Amino acid sequence: MLRLATIATTLTRKLMAPVKVFGPAASTNVARVLVCLEEVGADYELVDIDFPGKGHKRPDHLARNPFGQVPAFQDGDVILFESRAIAKYVLRKYKSEQLDLLREGNLEEAAMVDVWTEVETHQYHPALSPIVLECFIYPTLRGLPTNQKVVDESLEKAKKVLEIYETHLSKHKYLAGDFVSFADFNHFACTFYFMDATPYSNLFDSYPYVKAWWENLMSRPSMKKLGANMSTRN
Amino acid sequence: MAMKVYGLPMSTNVARVLVCLEEVGAQYEVVPINFSIGEHKNMEHTARNPFGQVPSFQDGDLILFESRAISKYILRKNQSELVKEGDLPDSAMVDMWLDVESHQFDRPMAVIIHQCLIIPMYLGGENDGNVVEENVEKLKKTFEVYEARLSKFKYLAGDFISLADLSHFPTAYYLLATPHASLLDNYPHVKVWIADILARPTVKKVVEMMKATA
Repeated sequence: MLRLATIATTLTRKLMAPVKVFGPAASTNVARVLVCLEEVGADYELVDIDFPGKGHKRPDHLARNPFGQVPAFQDGDVILFESRAIAKYVLRKYKSEQLDLLREGNLEEAAMVDVWTEVETHQYHPALSPIVLECFIYPTLRGLPTNQKVVDESLEKAKKVLEIYETHLSKHKYLAGDFVSFADFNHFACTFYFMDATPYSNLFDSYPYVKAWWENLMSRPSMKKLGANMSTRN
Repeated sequence: MAMKVYGLPMSTNVARVLVCLEEVGAQYEVVPINFSIGEHKNMEHTARNPFGQVPSFQDGDLILFESRAISKYILRKNQSELVKEGDLPDSAMVDMWLDVESHQFDRPMAVIIHQCLIIPMYLGGENDGNVVEENVEKLKKTFEVYEARLSKFKYLAGDFISLADLSHFPTAYYLLATPHASLLDNYPHVKVWIADILARPTVKKVVEMMKATA
C-alpha cells in the first residue's frame, strides 16, 4: 500500500512539475515562449542566463542549446531550443477546446497560422528589429551611437511591410483569420520593443488596422503582464 | 484539380515545396514566374504572394505563400510521417531542426550561393571575399553542431527522416556546386547525411527539375 502511494505521489508531482525556460525575460525570443506559456496558463519557471558572464557558452547551457543561444526549454526529459518550436510544443501540450492557438485540426487555418508565423520571421522582424537595435540596444548596452542610415533604411522597409499588413488586417481581425493565434503572438515582443524603446511608435498611426490589431493584442492579460517586465521605461 | 506551384524549380524555396509534393505523390503543376521581366511583382502574382516572392501555391480556393508553411500544409493534408504531428516530442524535434535549417543553415548559405553562384553566373560580377569568408565561418559553426547531432542519430529529428532533413536539400545541392563543397570533408557524418538525402528518389527527381530550369 505504501509503495503504491509513493508511486502515485511521484507521478502526480511529475505531472505537475513546472516546465523550465532558460534565458533572460528581456530577450524577444524568450518572450515569444513566455507569451504562449502565459496564454495557456502553464506552470513555468524562468531560469536566467548570465550573458555578460558568458553563461550561454557554458557546457550546461550548450547541452540544452548547442548554438549557445536563448531560449532553451525543459519539460521532464524533453529538452528543446528554437523559440518557435518550443512555443508550438507548449501550445500543443496545453491545447484544449477553448485554447487552440495552432488550429492543427483544420488544414486551412493551420496553414494560415504557419504562413503569418513565417512572415514575422522573414519580413516583419528583419524590418523592425534593426530600429530597436540602433535606437535602444546598441546605445544602452554597448555604448554605441545610433546609425541613423540603418534606421532610415529600416523605416522604409517597415513601411512596405506594414502596408501589406494593413491590407491583410482590413479583411481579418487577426493574422490567420478571425481567431487569435500563434501567428499574432509571434509579433508581440518585437512590436513591444519597437513601441516602447524607439522614438518611432507613431509609425503605426499611418496604418489604422495594424494599430487597432496591436492595441487589441496588448489588452490581453498575458501581454500586459510580460510588457510590464520588459518595459525599458522603468 | 491539380495543386499549383508558382515559381521556377531552380529556386531553393520552390524546390522545397516540390519535394513535398513528390513525397506525397500529389498531382501538381509548376507555373513558371519570369523574374527577368518583373513577373513576380505584377498584380497577379502579388495577389498570391503580397511580398512578390516565390513560391506561391494554390490548392482549390486556398492560396498560400512561404515555402515552409506550404510544405507543412502539403504534408499535413496527406498525413505524412515527415512531420510527426500527433506525437508531442517528435513533432517538436521536427519543428526545432526545421527552424535550425532556416536560421543557421539557410541564412549563411543564401549569401554564399549569391556570392559564389548568382553573381558570377547571372550578374557578371565578382564576389566579395570578406562576405564569403564571414558566412563560411558561420556555416562551419553550424556544421559542427550538425556533426555532433548526426553522430548520434541518423537524421536530424531522430532516427526517422523528416521535413527538417529534406528542407536542406536544395541549398545543399547548390553548396556542392561552389568551391566550398570540400568543407564537408571535415564533417563526415554531415557529408554522409547529405549524400543520403540527395540519393532519395523524390529528391533526385526535383534536382533534375532544378537543373532543367537553371
